[in-house]
Amino acid sequence: MIKASDIPFLPRGVRCQFDRVRGVEVLLGPERVLMLDDIGKAVLGRVDGQASVDMIAEGLAKDYDAPKAMILEDVLAYLGDLFDKRLVECAHG
Amino acid sequence: MVNPPIAMLAELTHRCPLACPYCSNPTELIGKDAELTTDQWADVFRQAADMGVLQLHLSGGEPAARTDLIDLVIAAREAGLYTNLITSGIGLTPKRLEALDAAGLDHIQLSLQGVTAQIADRIGGYKGGYDRKMHVAEHIARIGFPLTLNAVMHRENLDDLEATLDMALRLGARRIEVACVQFQGWALENRAALQPSLEQVNAAKGTVAEAIERLRGQLVIDFVPPDYYSDFPKACMNGWGSTGLNVTPDGTVLPCHAAETIPHLEFANVTRQPLKEIWYGSDAFNAYRGTDWLPDLCQSCERVEIDFGGCRCQAMAVLGDASATDPVCRKSPGRAALDAMLVQDTNPLDVPEFVYRRL
Repeated sequence: MIKASDIPFLPRGVRCQFDRVRGVEVLLGPERVLMLDDIGKAVLGRVDGQASVDMIAEGLAKDYDAPKAMILEDVLAYLGDLFDKRLVECAHG
Repeated sequence: MVNPPIAMLAELTHRCPLACPYCSNPTELIGKDAELTTDQWADVFRQAADMGVLQLHLSGGEPAARTDLIDLVIAAREAGLYTNLITSGIGLTPKRLEALDAAGLDHIQLSLQGVTAQIADRIGGYKGGYDRKMHVAEHIARIGFPLTLNAVMHRENLDDLEATLDMALRLGARRIEVACVQFQGWALENRAALQPSLEQVNAAKGTVAEAIERLRGQLVIDFVPPDYYSDFPKACMNGWGSTGLNVTPDGTVLPCHAAETIPHLEFANVTRQPLKEIWYGSDAFNAYRGTDWLPDLCQSCERVEIDFGGCRCQAMAVLGDASATDPVCRKSPGRAALDAMLVQDTNPLDVPEFVYRRL
């Protein structure tokens, strides 16, 4: 389970890359290719091993002018799914 | 519309110290003299990346049998490919692993023949192989490579599934493929010795379902069921010519690793034709692309976009017709033939000895 205070990061063997043929940002991991939509790009763009999930949600809430509680729920669900797939790891903040 | 491929399997060599009786290589193996050179492979990697391939699987045989493995990984990373090494571990010294680390290798997929030396060395046909593999696994963990354990399961080791999952955890793997043998090539020759029983399969499904829940966030478990026991076929290759391609040691380009078992297909070679032309334009890739060529049974089925009629090589192997519905399908008239094989396999008068893979 991932919590708001956790600090997510991409572990070794997982990286974002621009796919120059398809013109999209992709997340690459062991036997996994995820084409990122705007939400995925916005969230993963803020995953830097420094910011907590809470801070990521706060930044997104500001940028998209949306209620933070709702954004936080979405970010927890999005990163939680990647965490279950071991494409994201967390330091406990 | 044909999409660009996402993944490429490069069979760098068919040479391998192991002789597993379910090897995915064809029964007609290619010798060292016919293998592509370092520069030829590097060119194939660049062509693949230019046409949209994102993930490269360096496989074999045993890819570590190539003395230029480090240079090949460097070339793959320079091309921008996510680079995965599929290996038995044999031939990977600590020094070579460190060089692979420096070369930028992204991920290692280590095969597992069994959880004890006794069974693993019997399956691999190579004495001492298990101990060497465990030694290599320690160094993989020390360096910190992300690791997938590829456990190939069948009648002789499916009962060890719990211990296999424990081993994945002990070795620090992030992911395990519990890959029940699919019957092509060498495995087809050894079908009667490898086919698990219904009881084994049901127990394995229960173990996997429980472990997926228990180990969520710790170990990713991908289960490839033994498809003779399934009701519907697998989405083989996610559809022929849709997502992935396979290059053999001599540069022959295949829609899947077993495609050469379909006798009427002719396959192009990347030393004579650009990879892109082969992917988009060659007869072999277009033969079973999409769903328009499928029999009415499949075209009128609600699962047509789920499994694309299943596996062409299996239809060929069991029914002698590569364009038939995969005989795994319960709706297929070919299912009776598969069921007859299953009855024969699971009630053998004498379990046959393994036919080991040899060059």
